[in-house]
This record gives sequence, C-alpha cells and structure tokens, in this order.
Amino acid sequence: MIQASLGRYSITGLYQGFVGLTNYAALLAQEALPTVVVNTVVWVALVVAVTILVSLALAEFVNLPFPGRRLVRWALIVPWAASLIMTSKLFVWIYDYYFGILNRLLTAVGVVSQPIDWLGDDRTVMSAMIAVGIFVSLPFTTYVLLAGLQSIPAEVYEAAKVDGASGWRTYRAVTLPLLRPALLVAAVLNMIYVFNSFPIIWTLNDRNPGFAHDTLITYMYKIAFKSALRDVGLAAALGVVNVLAIFAAVLAYLRIARWREEQA
Amino acid sequence: MTTGLGRRAVLSAAGVVLAMALLSPYLVMFFTAVKPSAELRVTPPQLLPTVWRFQNFLDVLGDPAFQAWLRVSLIVAGVSTALAVGAAIPAAYYTARHRFRGRSVFLFLVLVTQMFSPTALVVGLYREFFAAGLVNTYSALILTNAAFNLAFAVWILRASFAAIPRETEEAAAVDGCGRVGTLVRIVLPLSRPGIVTAVIFAFIAAWNEYIVALTLMTSADKRPLTVGITSYVTAYVQHWDLLFAASVIAIVPVVVLFALIEPHLVSGLTAGGVK
Repeated sequence: MIQASLGRYSITGLYQGFVGLTNYAALLAQEALPTVVVNTVVWVALVVAVTILVSLALAEFVNLPFPGRRLVRWALIVPWAASLIMTSKLFVWIYDYYFGILNRLLTAVGVVSQPIDWLGDDRTVMSAMIAVGIFVSLPFTTYVLLAGLQSIPAEVYEAAKVDGASGWRTYRAVTLPLLRPALLVAAVLNMIYVFNSFPIIWTLNDRNPGFAHDTLITYMYKIAFKSALRDVGLAAALGVVNVLAIFAAVLAYLRIARWREEQA
Repeated sequence: MTTGLGRRAVLSAAGVVLAMALLSPYLVMFFTAVKPSAELRVTPPQLLPTVWRFQNFLDVLGDPAFQAWLRVSLIVAGVSTALAVGAAIPAAYYTARHRFRGRSVFLFLVLVTQMFSPTALVVGLYREFFAAGLVNTYSALILTNAAFNLAFAVWILRASFAAIPRETEEAAAVDGCGRVGTLVRIVLPLSRPGIVTAVIFAFIAAWNEYIVALTLMTSADKRPLTVGITSYVTAYVQHWDLLFAASVIAIVPVVVLFALIEPHLVSGLTAGGVK
C-alpha cells in the first residue's frame, strides 16, 4: 500500500512509475478533505462516546438478576449477529422517504407532521448514520463491559457494603476503577472499528452526490473506484494517512488513559 | 421479600422494552421477509404483511446454493474461531502474568494489526494466497479470519486473566499444580466470561466477514453466506423478500451458539476463590 501511494496510476489502474510524495501533496489539495476530516472526527467521537455510556448502563442492567434476563441477553446479541451490510440495507428501508416505516410511525404518533427525508436531507443524514452506528456498536461494547463486570470479585462489593458505601459511591469508587481494563479494550477497539466502518456510511449515504457526508474510509474508496478521480495512488496515500491517523488517535487515548501505569 | 419481587417485576418489564427496542429493526426485516414481492413497496407503508408468505423461508432453505453457503459459513467461522481463541490463550496468559521487556509494545503491535481496514488489505492478501496456491480454498479464508480476530481475543483474554488474583494461582501451585495445570484447571474456568466473549466475537466477525470472502472465494459454491445471499438482489433479479428471509435465517446460528454458551457468562469468581 505504501508502495502504491508513491506511484502513479492511470485511470484504468496501470502503474506508470514512481512519483515520490506527489500523491500526498495532491491529497492535501483535495477540496473535500476538510469536510471529510470533520465528518470522521464527529462520527468516531459521537458513536464511541454514546456507545460507551449507553453500554455501561446496559451492561449493569443485564448483570442484574431478574426473570427473563437470558432473553434480553439473546436480544442484545442480534444487532451484532446480523451482518452489517444487511443491517445497513435494512435501515435504508426503514428510513425511506416514501416506503419507510419510520416516517409512517412518527406521523402516526404525531411527532412530525411531514415525512422527513432522513437520508436525503443534509441536516439529518449524519445523525441518521450515527444512530445506526451506535445501534450496531452497542452489543459488542456491552458484552466486553459485562465480561469485565463479571470478573470483579463479589468480595469487593461485600467489603464496600461493610464500609457503608452508597450504591453510586460503590459504583464510582469500586466498579469503575476495576472495570478499567475492560473499558479500555472497549473504547480502543470501538475507536478502531468505528473509524474503519465502511458499510453503514456507504449504504446509507449512497444516494447523496459528492463527499459532504463521507468519512476518510468511504472517501478513500470513492477516490479509488467511484469518483471522477479514479486514482489508486491517491487512494493508497489516503490509506496510509488513515492508518497513521487511527494509530495516533489510539496512542493519544492510551496516553490519556495512562495505560502503562495501569500495567504495573 | 415483597419489595424484591416488585423490583424484579419492574426489571423484567424494562427488559422486555429494551429487548423490543433492540429487535425492532429486525422485526421489520422479518415482516418484510414474509411479504409477497408485490407488497414490498406500497404507500402508505404497512408494517405487517396482509398476506403472510412463510414460503419465502422455505424457498431459501430449500435452495441448494443457500445450503452450500450456509455450510461454508459454519465451517469457516467454526474453525477460525477455534484457531483464534486457541492461539490467543497462551499469548494472553503469558502477557497477563509475566512482565517482560517490550510487553506494552507487543500488546500495542497486536492492536495495530486491527487498524488496517480489511478493504485496504485485501489486495495484498489475495497476492499472498495466490502465491501459496490457496485462493479459493477454505484454509485461506479460515486463516485470514483467525488472524483478523486474534488481536481481539488476546486483548480480552488478557484483561480477564489479569483480573484473577495471583493468590488463587499460588494456592494451586502449593497444591501441586504445574504451570499448564494451573492454566487449564484454575485460570480458564475462572475466566469463562472472557473466553465466551472472545468466542462470540471471533465467531460473529468470521460469520459476517464479507470483503475477503468476496475476493478470495472465486467459485460460487465455495462462498459463505454473506457473499452468497447478495446474489438474490442483482441488476437482473431482485428478490428482496428472499434476501431478507436469508438474512433472518443467517442470524439464527449465531443466536443459537450464543444461547448455548451464554450460561458461562456467569462469573466463576462470584463464589469466592480467595479467603
């Protein structure tokens, strides 16, 4: 990939020789780049943050004993078990302006008076995609956190109780610190997967021209195969930049989360 | 305790609401799958079909092509999961229990392998397997999936091994257990939640893998489900009803696997191993 990023390719994909860093310079000159970068940051930050918060609550919930808990756990696995491409296609179906069930539901309840063109309107398409992104990330995150919760020995809670700690206090002082390894795994892997996520944006943003709602990953694909550019070298350059970007983001996150100290 | 009973009822009710919320998109999928083709696009849209056509499911299940895809998916996902988790257990145990130079670097490198989007790697993989003469074989797909999922398995298992108190292992050593014995008899049973999570993750990831399978498996009868079912909707034929029916069926094996191993999500530590 790095080799390809330093070469020049014809529109039909023929290798035309080494061009050094030209592709990287051309990449920086792309007009759509700032929008795409902002989209990517918003997409990753919102999906990961909301997913983690909701999953923390969900993991606690499915950790409580109550009749039917197994069924809830089974239901929770379904959005993860379904293929991402099919879930994305399904949401295109649900969000559809004319035939979608979502507009039908909202107008019937009276939340909106007019059907909304969820995936066609610039104001809603990003939120619609983020909602789907969160929805499909929840099961994985919840199960990682649940596994973390399960590893916390019961004695610790008993000790907290003996010490007279309140529920919230116990949660903050006992659960969260002991959950840190699991939280770290969940956050880091989510960052990577959400950043690299292709099918959701590709499928839901399919109808919209241009790059207004693309992330770096779908942008890379469009440069290589779909846009007027059809430039494998440029796309490879972006591919290299993408890996470096997520590398830097994860490294920064680990630094903030003080991973090394926790190791000791 | 009456209050306990009331609380449990509230929790169950909340559980039902939550389950419905999580399942609602897939109920739409199911209802679409049992609609006759003519009912797919009507205005105003109807959630429920007027005619229930369960025949769609039978059509899909009776399709020899579908049966072949299902078999490929089961083999590939099953074997690659076993490989990934099997290889991850020693790696995760070693990194959880031993401090060695470059341990953080090792763990981070494992993570870096996850950062490459498969879309970007697929050309290189194809060349590699082509050179090895493995294109269009199960082994190619199994190896790729196992490798993709190894990183996650190492990380999640390491986190759960690290949570086991050292004292438990020391007690086992005092009782005359060797290194491997301790791992097999003490550590693994105690970290069942982590193992179950790793198994589910690896299985689902392999089950839903698309881009590598699309590229590596060139003959139609060796394709897994994800690739295969897209042939229900192409430029020439558009069986959305069959595609959705096949997608619903494709979810079932994962949920069954999960239902089978879910009881092990209950921690081995709640009973109290350290006194």
